Amino acid sequence: MQFSEKWLREWVNPSISTEALVEQLTMAGLEVDGTEPVAGQFNNVVVAEIESIEQHPDADKLRVCQVNVGDDELVTIVCGAPNARQGLRIPCAKVGAVLPGDFKIKKAKLRGVPSFGMLCGASELGLEEKSPGLMELPSDAPIGTDIREYLDLDDISIDVDLTPNRGDCLGLVGLSREVGVLNRVDVTQVHIDEVVGTIEEVFPVDVTAKAQCPRYLCRVIKGINGKAETPLWMVERLRRSGVRSIDPVVDVTNYVLLEQGQPMHAFDLSTLDGGILVRMAKQGEKITLLGDQEITLNDDTLVIADSSKALAVAGVMGGLASSVTSATNDILLESAFFEPVAIAGKARGYGLHTDSSHRFERGVDFELQRKAIERATALLLDIVGGDVGPVVEALSPENLPHIEPIQLRRDQIERVLGFSMPDADVEDILGRLGMDIVTTDAGWHIVPPAYRFDVRIEVDLIEELGRIWGYNKLPIRLPAMGFSAQATPENEINIDTLKQRLVARDYQEAITYSFVDKDIHELMAPGEKAIELANPISADMSQMRLTLWAGLIKAAQHNINRQQTRLRLFESGLIFKPLNNAGEGSKSAADNIEQTKMLAGLVYGGVQNESWHGKVASVDFFDVKGDLEALLATGGAEAEYEFLPTEHPVLHPGQSAVVRRNGNDIGYIGALHPAIQNKLGISGQIYLFQVKLAELLTGKAPEFKELSKFPEVRRDLAVIVEEKISAQTILENVRQTAGEWLTSVVLFDVYQGTNVEEGHKSIAFGLTLQHPARTLKDDEVNEIVDNVVTSLKDKLNVILRE
Amino acid sequence: MEDLQKLVDQAQQAINAANDDQSLDQLRVQYLGKKGEITSLLKSLGKLSAEERPAAGAKINKAKVALQDVIQTKKDALAAVALNAQLENERVDVTLPGREGSVGGLHPVTRTMKRIEAFFAKAGFSVVEGPEIEDDYHNFEALNIPAHHPARAMHDTFYFDAHTLLRTHTSPVQVRVMESGEAPFRIICPGRVYRCDSDLTHTPMFHQVEGLLVDETSTFADLKGVIELFLREFFEKELPVRFRPSYFPFTEPSAEVDIECVMCSGKGCRVCGHTGWLEVLGCGMVHPAVFEHSGVDIERFKGFAFGMGVERLAMLRYGVNDLRLFFENDVKFLSQFN
Repeated sequence: MQFSEKWLREWVNPSISTEALVEQLTMAGLEVDGTEPVAGQFNNVVVAEIESIEQHPDADKLRVCQVNVGDDELVTIVCGAPNARQGLRIPCAKVGAVLPGDFKIKKAKLRGVPSFGMLCGASELGLEEKSPGLMELPSDAPIGTDIREYLDLDDISIDVDLTPNRGDCLGLVGLSREVGVLNRVDVTQVHIDEVVGTIEEVFPVDVTAKAQCPRYLCRVIKGINGKAETPLWMVERLRRSGVRSIDPVVDVTNYVLLEQGQPMHAFDLSTLDGGILVRMAKQGEKITLLGDQEITLNDDTLVIADSSKALAVAGVMGGLASSVTSATNDILLESAFFEPVAIAGKARGYGLHTDSSHRFERGVDFELQRKAIERATALLLDIVGGDVGPVVEALSPENLPHIEPIQLRRDQIERVLGFSMPDADVEDILGRLGMDIVTTDAGWHIVPPAYRFDVRIEVDLIEELGRIWGYNKLPIRLPAMGFSAQATPENEINIDTLKQRLVARDYQEAITYSFVDKDIHELMAPGEKAIELANPISADMSQMRLTLWAGLIKAAQHNINRQQTRLRLFESGLIFKPLNNAGEGSKSAADNIEQTKMLAGLVYGGVQNESWHGKVASVDFFDVKGDLEALLATGGAEAEYEFLPTEHPVLHPGQSAVVRRNGNDIGYIGALHPAIQNKLGISGQIYLFQVKLAELLTGKAPEFKELSKFPEVRRDLAVIVEEKISAQTILENVRQTAGEWLTSVVLFDVYQGTNVEEGHKSIAFGLTLQHPARTLKDDEVNEIVDNVVTSLKDKLNVILRE
Repeated sequence: MEDLQKLVDQAQQAINAANDDQSLDQLRVQYLGKKGEITSLLKSLGKLSAEERPAAGAKINKAKVALQDVIQTKKDALAAVALNAQLENERVDVTLPGREGSVGGLHPVTRTMKRIEAFFAKAGFSVVEGPEIEDDYHNFEALNIPAHHPARAMHDTFYFDAHTLLRTHTSPVQVRVMESGEAPFRIICPGRVYRCDSDLTHTPMFHQVEGLLVDETSTFADLKGVIELFLREFFEKELPVRFRPSYFPFTEPSAEVDIECVMCSGKGCRVCGHTGWLEVLGCGMVHPAVFEHSGVDIERFKGFAFGMGVERLAMLRYGVNDLRLFFENDVKFLSQFN
């Protein structure tokens, strides 16, 4: 809502500066978005009249004017404006004037003819962005008067950004009421009289959609002067409120909208058929709106119709066919109250947003309609004349908003605001806000006014009190702290600990969008069904991610394209998968979506940064596995995890593992499949892992085992085994056969090549044995080792290496 | 016996001239060994008379001890030289970088979120998370934003179907906590939120931390106290803070909180739109309708809630000038926060 400060001050004029007023509005919750002078900086511009005009002898487009600037003598001014004509009154910058942009007016010669000043258009005075020619002033504009004074240009436009609850401030009436209460000064209301009709003619009204339109008023005005022009003062007020002047009838309805906050409409009476019918639209009904846009209506939309057709989308926009034009003689003026819920969202549904819908959606004072139509009628009579018929009102009182008195308890003011406000202030503030007040024992009974749709319960009143008092004058304290330490099980791991472990291992955390491109899903989650956004912001952000790898790969590409040769990234976040149990009775599809928090990593490039220590090896599977093992070990439950070879569509078939915990799959690790890597155009191997975060957050609390005082014995074995037998199989076998005195097995060599038969590998490991209560004898150790070897031979066909 | 002195002199000279442990050892054997020259002298004592013997023996023994000392001293000196040579030899350029010294870092959004969480954790708030795909009940209705409410237009919402959406704030988590628990509550809800908006100052995904405190005594004054303290701790500065009335359907009274612009110290600059103030946070007393939806006794309990944009706070804190940097994941950007 934009308005002129001077206009406001006509209603309410506290003795505070513009800056203080602006600050006050902002701090009362009517945030001032900006202020702007209503005209540029200029001086020495006066009202003048072109006394005579003749063609410039040497220039087709220039004319030489004799101009009366109110001095004794006429001045000669050369002018190129197409609308310059004899008798026209215009602003004239005299020699010595300075126009906006520090443009100094001096004596000049234009194509040989001397010129002593400049005739001005509105844009040259900073009143408008662009103007076609000279600014035409009324024929009674007093010649010689300073134009700043004449147009009252020492004024600013204030633009307030109103929150949706403050529909009551979408008019000068409401804004001045606010300023009045903030300064505790009185507000002068504009005086509105009933306009007594001069004719009896009425246009019938029938409202079938009574719930949506509880009040509809209209009146006929006949024989208006189509050539009349909107007075300059009104044009200026409209302009300072950001509204362009169009024609007197539209200007008046806009003026009343700005002044009173009541959206109004005028129909060309001659285009109407039968009577006004306020009804719901028929599904598929069409209407061409002002601005020549045709829309197809839904049956949830309220329309103003006549006997044969829809005339306007109620509370949103009028139709083209019934609109007032310069040829209009007779009008039907409308002033209605439409129920906010009936209007809410309708304009947006048709891609529209108007000053009218903006107000009706937020709530227009439902007691304002008669006042507004009388105000508009009086203004119209002044400007376009005509014969006025009586006001017709269709009212359905039971559908008007019902206002219940609100109990305001004195102690509740303190319980909410933290301070006790003097009764006199409570009553003064609420009274100035237009509330009816009745004192009770506990406090007051308050009836809010019809324009305050946002005041319905006690705490709404308390907010008003706090707001007008000033939030920053309210006390400050800190809450009483109850002791409430929450128990955290010892086996629970904080996600921050996991993240810090990755950070210590040189990983950088990434945060990527939760919605991704369909194409990246086809690569990184082939064959999986993704959840699609109904209204994505763009096609490449349309699917909810099925894997964190989708975003990490994109992040890697971004960095690789910027010459990064080594990357270690991780991300934690949700992935989204549709569940297939089409839920009966589930309120929302959200119940049918699995949202799982994952932790994923991506590694690319060298094991370390380039350094003086020699050539840096490229990362391989085991570097990354080591990082993941460190994460799994963080909670102390590393023994519960295992890595098994697997097939995964995104990973290299020979370098991919499924991570299992107690037999359940919790994630994957591996090299990105070379085919996918090629499609992405990345050279240099990428490694990936992704695990369910919830698993990693539950570990195992430590358990103490008594230390043995007796020496441990180590025996090393090297065996040849078929290539396909995994290290884990061998170690498991060893652990099983070695028995309880085995304290650890360490695998210290894996070898293939010379001296090892093709298709086989050599594996060497060390067994550490220790007895808890005594020293182990050689015989006992030998027996254990023999058993291990025998078992490996029998079950896995290994050969002991000499 | 003149020979003894000569012998000792000769031996001392030889020992002092020795350059290594080996030659020193040879000298020891030559003079003090079983068949050494000093040893031989001792053996020859038997040839002397009983009166002469003690004095001569003492002299020879003294010479022997003296030589032993000389040898030991020389030995220590040689060891010292050798050690010094070794140390010199093992000298490294300690300014060369160590191996595998680099560490990564948390994303600046996470880092900022952790700082916010840490403040509220000290004040007894616990961290709660919730789903990002929400139903419209928890995201809107339970928060006093019924269908067609103009406030829904304030949230440009991503939908999946008529009732399923990406949460536009983390407030639904508060609803879920209140629905399933018993007051009092003291929680903060950090996480990703989504709005269908993308330009220089908006990304379609961003992060919020929202907080909720519900108990029997808290008032707007406590809200002001908590927020002011938080902002001063967060920016590590005694910042002027102001509370401006505003509107959120889920709080009443509602306020926006401004801090003095941290870029220009309130003088007015591009970042603060020349107002000297920066809007950093929204808050208010929990609306009774929200309590009613979640089954909290509105007569017994009062509470306040607040919400802040993490990226915005991070930008102000670190002077980051482009919001989009947060989601490009350029390591040159990310590593600045390590």
